[in-house]
Amino acid sequence: MAKPVENPCVRAYYGVTVSLRGGGATEQNRNCSRRELCVSTLLLQTLMNTFLHATELEMATGELVPTHFPARRAAKVAVHYLNTRHGSPFRVFGLQQVHKATAEDVDAGGRKYSLDFSATEWARSKSVFRCSAVVLFSTAQKTPPDVQLQCEDLQQINTTPQEEAFYHRYSTSDSPVSALDIPDSHGNMSQEMEPFWHLAGVSASFIMLRESSENTEFNMAQVASVTQQETSEKQLMLKYHLLLHDFVSQEILHWQLLSSWSPERGVRVLETQFLPKCPQATGPPSSTPDQ
Amino acid sequence: MRLFIAVFVLLVAVHCEELFNGDQVLRIHAESKDHIQVLKELEKDVDSGLDFWTHGFSTERPVDVRVPHASLYAVKDFLKENNISFAVMINNVQELLDRERAEMVSNTEMERNTKSFNFAAYHDLDTIYSFMDTLVASHSNLISKVKIGSTYENRPMYVLKFSTGGENKPAIWIDAGIHAREWVSHASAVWIADRIATDFKENRAPVPDVLSKMDIYLMIVANPDGYVFSHLTVRPFHRLWRKSRSVTSNPNCPGVDLNRNFDAEFSGPGASDDPCAEDYRGPSAHSEIEVTNIVDFILSHGNFKSFMTLHAYSQLLMYPYGYTGSNAPDQPELHDVATQANKALNSWHGTIYKVGSIFHTIEQASGASVDWAYQHGIKYCFAFELRDTGEYGFLLPADQIVSTARETWFALRYIMQYVSDHPY
Repeated sequence: MAKPVENPCVRAYYGVTVSLRGGGATEQNRNCSRRELCVSTLLLQTLMNTFLHATELEMATGELVPTHFPARRAAKVAVHYLNTRHGSPFRVFGLQQVHKATAEDVDAGGRKYSLDFSATEWARSKSVFRCSAVVLFSTAQKTPPDVQLQCEDLQQINTTPQEEAFYHRYSTSDSPVSALDIPDSHGNMSQEMEPFWHLAGVSASFIMLRESSENTEFNMAQVASVTQQETSEKQLMLKYHLLLHDFVSQEILHWQLLSSWSPERGVRVLETQFLPKCPQATGPPSSTPDQ
Repeated sequence: MRLFIAVFVLLVAVHCEELFNGDQVLRIHAESKDHIQVLKELEKDVDSGLDFWTHGFSTERPVDVRVPHASLYAVKDFLKENNISFAVMINNVQELLDRERAEMVSNTEMERNTKSFNFAAYHDLDTIYSFMDTLVASHSNLISKVKIGSTYENRPMYVLKFSTGGENKPAIWIDAGIHAREWVSHASAVWIADRIATDFKENRAPVPDVLSKMDIYLMIVANPDGYVFSHLTVRPFHRLWRKSRSVTSNPNCPGVDLNRNFDAEFSGPGASDDPCAEDYRGPSAHSEIEVTNIVDFILSHGNFKSFMTLHAYSQLLMYPYGYTGSNAPDQPELHDVATQANKALNSWHGTIYKVGSIFHTIEQASGASVDWAYQHGIKYCFAFELRDTGEYGFLLPADQIVSTARETWFALRYIMQYVSDHPY
């Protein structure tokens, strides 16, 4: 399923060894040359299908072992959901551990997980919150999981003063923020960048929630770039290029997105675009790829 | 008030050597909202002198608090009255501080010998190789550097051999960095190499005992080509490289996942046959020279009793199998050992790891090194996924290297002692 040439793809770190290429061409250009066909979600789907077809793994049903991956993957989906609802530049949640989990097949053709877990607030408080959730994975393609979630004592964390200050500082500034590689290779970032990193994590949660299945386990690996956009709305408008990591396939997935945030309205993700790695085909487009 | 503070500070400065004598650290388990309320009241009471090491009370994890000696009985009585259970984590804080200071002093001396090496930073391959040479030079009676072959791009592959002599003693294998982007594994291995050397030199248990019976082989960088690539800054996204750097059938997609290339259910589920995939298994088992080097070395040695590999991230301590969900024959014992090792790991910084087989804890994976080792008669096989659980992921801040290395060492140390106490 080929997409028009205009769609960008990522010349991600394939980099043929320098000795094979003359002329030292730079690979900063992330747009494909005219010859290459960029297939948008084909890579993602191919990988998923390969994995699903190949594993013959029967997903566990009934009481689940909390330390095993089926419970953990479902709980992480619930945490992505938690971030979409309660995340902010000063509030990001991660899974601490699963206490209890059950799974069952559902009539409509899906899988329902009931979970009892704890989430840690990573950004500021480091507090731990007990949560319960029901996560419903649909077997229908391209349907995001459905999550119902309750956590205790979330109102405990008050980040309003920091949020107001941060919002005011960057919505009234003359120079829009622009940065690369957060954190850097050594895990470091300036203190100024931390809220943008947290915002990226919350924005990523929208994508990770939407793209999750029983066969994925997403985390945000890095913010490749963040660029503040001009806007007349009372929002911080941020364009992100994010790197997500899927622990199951070990793939790094590139997403570009446009996110808005304000203390009143929270985080909203306005646009997303998956950047496939390019190219994949071993031969010219007309031939069938080797299996 | 200011005068009081000034005098207090002066007194502290004068008496800082002995400020914590008799203080204890209690680990408190709050089991209800009432308990949490009680703890919050305690925290507000400034006069008690209680020093809470854990912030954010919850029934889900223990709360650590340093209690000054003078308040010990009162606080313990108070906790008992309120039915709050606790345990003494540190019996005498001063004693611990003295020991730590002595260790730091000797570490500083050690650093001078290893040329003031900064363990709290990530280093490139050349620096790590140079560190190895310095370590060997400083401990030539104990450590030697063994070249087990070269990589695809013709870089040497080294293993540090810790040995007190003897011919082909039973041995323990530890490797790190088989996946290039998992930088904290290499960095931890560097610290651990130094720690084994120091513990031996200072006669700190159990290292001398283990080394009297066994040799330790430590490979700090199992995938040198991938590691060098992950340090390149010329083009973007190199940092997250995972595989080797061999040329494959797809000229646009080099590299093989070395931990899917071992001859253990090779080509089974849990690995890809697509060269562009991150978990590409390679065209055939042991097609990768890095894997062949390790396999040949271990087989020709013939006397390894334990095989352990360090990865990141997820905070997991695992054992075979990866390729199947069936239990390994030694599963009960392996699970026990891993559980105890995990307790040791958790005891210092409270980091929570999960224990289980690779298959059940992460996912099905074929061609994995620990499966191969186990199938070749090496009983005590363990795979670690170090910090963290996804907050920073592969890009773990350098200031967490030493804590990560230290807690990992506590687990490794337990396992090594167990292995040396259970010959087979």
